[in-house]
Amino acid sequence: MNAFRKFTVATAFGAVATFALPAHAARTDLTLGMVLEPPHLDATAGAPAAIREVTYANIYQGLTRLDIDGKMQPALAESWTISDDGKVYTFKLHSGVKFHDGTDFDANDVKFTLDRDRGADSTNSQKQLFAHITDVEVVDPLTVRITLDQPVGNFLNDMARGEAVIVAPESADTNKETPIGTGPFKFDHWAKGSEITLVRNPDYWGTPAQLDKAVFRIIPDAAAAVPALLSGDVQAFANMPAGDALPQIEADPRFKVVIGATEGETILAINNGKPPFDNLKVRQAISYALNRKDIIDGASSGLGVPIGSHFSPADPGYVDLTGMYPFDPEKAKELLKEAGYPDGFKATLKLPPPPYARQGGEIIAAELRNIGIDVEIIPVEWADWVANVFKQKDYDMTIISHVEPNDIGIYARDDYYFDYHNPKFNAVMAELDKTTDQAKRLELLGQAQRILADDAVNGFLFELPKVGVWDAKLQGMWPNWPIFANDLSEVYWED
Amino acid sequence: MSDMSVTSAPSGTASFLRRALRNRSFMVGLVITLFVAAIALLSFVWTPYDITQLPVSERMKPPSATHWFGTDHFGRDILSMIMIGARNSIAVALVAVGIGMGIGVPLGTIAAARGGWLDETVMRFNDIIFAFPALLSAIMITAIFGPGAVNAIVAIGIFNIPVFARVARAGALALWPREFVMAARVAGKGAARITVEHILPNIVSLLLVQGTIQFALGILAEAGLSYVGLGAQPPMPSWGRMLFDAQTRMIVAPYLALFPGLAIVITVLGLNLLGDGLRDLLDPRLNRER
Amino acid sequence: MTRYVLRRLAIGILTLVFASAVVFFVMEILPGDPARLMLGLNATEDAISALRQQMGLDQPVFVRYLAWIGGLLVGDFGRSYTYSVPVLELVTERAAVSLPLAFLSLILLTVIAIPVGLFAAARRGRAADAIVMGLSQMGVAIPNFWFALLLVYFFAVWLRWVPSGGFPGWQSGLWPGVKALIMPAVALALPQAAILARVTRGALIDVLGEDYIRTARAKGLPRNQVLWRHALRNALIPVLTILGLQFAFLIAGTIIIENVFYLPGLGRLIFQAITQRDLIVVESVVMLLVASVILVNLVVDLSYAIVDPRLRGAR
Repeated sequence: MNAFRKFTVATAFGAVATFALPAHAARTDLTLGMVLEPPHLDATAGAPAAIREVTYANIYQGLTRLDIDGKMQPALAESWTISDDGKVYTFKLHSGVKFHDGTDFDANDVKFTLDRDRGADSTNSQKQLFAHITDVEVVDPLTVRITLDQPVGNFLNDMARGEAVIVAPESADTNKETPIGTGPFKFDHWAKGSEITLVRNPDYWGTPAQLDKAVFRIIPDAAAAVPALLSGDVQAFANMPAGDALPQIEADPRFKVVIGATEGETILAINNGKPPFDNLKVRQAISYALNRKDIIDGASSGLGVPIGSHFSPADPGYVDLTGMYPFDPEKAKELLKEAGYPDGFKATLKLPPPPYARQGGEIIAAELRNIGIDVEIIPVEWADWVANVFKQKDYDMTIISHVEPNDIGIYARDDYYFDYHNPKFNAVMAELDKTTDQAKRLELLGQAQRILADDAVNGFLFELPKVGVWDAKLQGMWPNWPIFANDLSEVYWED
Repeated sequence: MSDMSVTSAPSGTASFLRRALRNRSFMVGLVITLFVAAIALLSFVWTPYDITQLPVSERMKPPSATHWFGTDHFGRDILSMIMIGARNSIAVALVAVGIGMGIGVPLGTIAAARGGWLDETVMRFNDIIFAFPALLSAIMITAIFGPGAVNAIVAIGIFNIPVFARVARAGALALWPREFVMAARVAGKGAARITVEHILPNIVSLLLVQGTIQFALGILAEAGLSYVGLGAQPPMPSWGRMLFDAQTRMIVAPYLALFPGLAIVITVLGLNLLGDGLRDLLDPRLNRER
Repeated sequence: MTRYVLRRLAIGILTLVFASAVVFFVMEILPGDPARLMLGLNATEDAISALRQQMGLDQPVFVRYLAWIGGLLVGDFGRSYTYSVPVLELVTERAAVSLPLAFLSLILLTVIAIPVGLFAAARRGRAADAIVMGLSQMGVAIPNFWFALLLVYFFAVWLRWVPSGGFPGWQSGLWPGVKALIMPAVALALPQAAILARVTRGALIDVLGEDYIRTARAKGLPRNQVLWRHALRNALIPVLTILGLQFAFLIAGTIIIENVFYLPGLGRLIFQAITQRDLIVVESVVMLLVASVILVNLVVDLSYAIVDPRLRGAR
């Protein structure tokens, strides 16, 4: 009895404490949750997206940048001119820009950075962005001239990428631990495994940030993320691992849920070079066997947007090809029979760690078993996936989200892990590379999408959703992810 | 000479049964264990639903008359999953005990019989294995071979080896100075023969009790390993992985975590009670250790 | 005595050396190239080989093993491949979560188990004893991570009293840190407490059956006094033994519990490091955990010798 009374009193106390929290009157600090911890904070050396989710536009800036709508805007370069042959870019830089350590930013930093990114010792994970640069020349302290060996249609966009940010020779070697950039936030400290803290840069050259302090807290899964959000420990997730708890959060007026687009094409990748997958009918059978609705419901809580080729529905030039292979197991069995596999065959499905792969994989395996393909599921870690699937092509099928923007060109790569070779497709890509006219580019991109769908190269599943969840009073968060970034320069709390 | 060996139930089978029936812990444990085993066996021929189909539209339905324990995030029937999961738990734990006994008992009895450097080597080997908690070896084994039920078995099995080696060695060492063993030596029997004919039969009850305990620990260890993703892999259901899947959905569907957890608790409880009961029954002297 | 101590010490060191070789060579045969993993899918071959050289991965295996062991001896654990900070720094930071967690569990475990064991032993055979023993039988059967899930659901999701996980860091103060560790410690300690309570009760009942206790009782000493003054002290040997083993278990147990509460401890570090093929970190953490198990066993062995002089001669 006594214990019971104590218990109810304590409950009541808990309730009081919950409601007695002071109202946040225009607060100036923000804690964001993120799933993966960056291994280090040098945006020019390392693939993990988490590095740039923390640093892009906050700590580091490039010559150009992408804005909240995914459009390219000037950044450290205030203007530029392009030569008529499209090979020489001359950038005029902002004056009065300082790095966080107090050193001045000028054209020498741009030269240093780009030479370092394309040099032999470069460990930049997007080294190909710089592959066409043949020379970087300092004209004067505020003018830099970049010469390319051929016109690159996307060059200004490429320079807006998180891997192309400008660093200083004085601090480049220590950026992994103490990143030094030109951005509106300065690195403060990093509690490994737990959180990374940034503070406002008082000497920022542009419009100062409204937040005093931004904390990126590492929260690996839904089990942890949901309570962290509900308790107010974390006020925003650019991409929340909410899983099946999302309806609960959407119903809560304290939070805003914004489902946005990423550049992540989630596909059932197929080893096109390995029998029986070298047979078009077999690949088409697989495409017919996939029930995208069930896969999207089970693997992304119903949020993913279905795709019919390797292209984001949010990007210009998208062609809707989802109707090409409707869910039709009978047709799939028929095609398998025509291909010479009336009783199906055995195959493996390697699944990397993310939930979309592990959960989607179970559903896909069951669907393929229904048409007679006896699928064995093999869960693999990323290291294993990269070494064996990606590098050695040692796989039958795998599920993976290709998160790089505008990456349809990977299908033209010679020894890419799909082992797909179609001269017609390669010709379209080569044409695209040289074309700067926008209408013509979109036309070519449409052709490319159709070829991939015709060849049923992979099972095209869905575009990975960005599940943005944040406090209803928070303004200025990016709804979409054209690149992995959490630009906090214009984020503020409403009263 | 062999009739001089001591038996642990001196008053015969009938009296043993009578004592067994009166031992509450033994009986309760036995009933639970048989029940779990029966469920596992039943799952080979019948489960309420077919879990190889994933009716995603039926996902996460709370317990009802049609699905007693509800459905999971793929729409699978949880009761059916638990039934088939029982197979996995039992198989992993049983084989792991088998590995531990199969290697540990010979090691322990040989060490006891020979003594000297051999004994020393076996004991040092034990120390090294003991220094690696099962979870650590499981992490390393899975890192190389990838996750899977077999690797869980190996990891748990390896950890069982020194346990059985110690029990067998201690039991055997206590027997060697006994009169009936001395007599056998005088009669000219070799160490190997004495071990097989006189030592082993007399440490069987010890091993049986330890085996039951290790079995229970094996079920717990398997659940822990599959919870962190190092055990049985889909589509094979396992209790630990069901709990992992449940964890992220606890706020909307707490029942997902309830039933697999209860299945583990009940099974382990049954085995522990059975082990305690067996200990009382087979060797009353050991009772005092508790 | 000295000989016994030296012997145990030598055995401990020998075990450690063997363990280090096992760990290092097991990690060597792992599939996956750390350099390639760090640079991602679109990295070029020369970027990868440049990084391999920077990380010293182009050296032969034995050279790297000896370099690693040599480093360990002088306290240089090397640099993490992924974080590119000294491993020692990383490990110390994480151990500052795991070790307090293990110790907190140990304290909880002792504080719960010994009084419960005493209580049950004092009321041996009565209803209270049966209830306590029944509960402890349940406790032994509960997987600690499931218990942790139930705690999270009840106290964090439903009542919202405590954060469901995470660790604010010791720099934010002692109390916030301890508060974040309470629920994980309870989850770890309770199932172990059930075991220890049973051992304590058993040991006490044994001791209570001894002649000198009967004599004490016959002399008219009150029951409780006999229990506390005489019986408990003598029952302490088996209790301490189990406690030592349990500490080793708790250290390993933190690996799973840290995953439930997403605590940035050694357990999460080891999973993360394996995934990223940060081999040198994996090796160091495994060695640290193995060394602490060996150390605890050594302490238990030595405490036997202090408590029981007969053991000092032989093994």
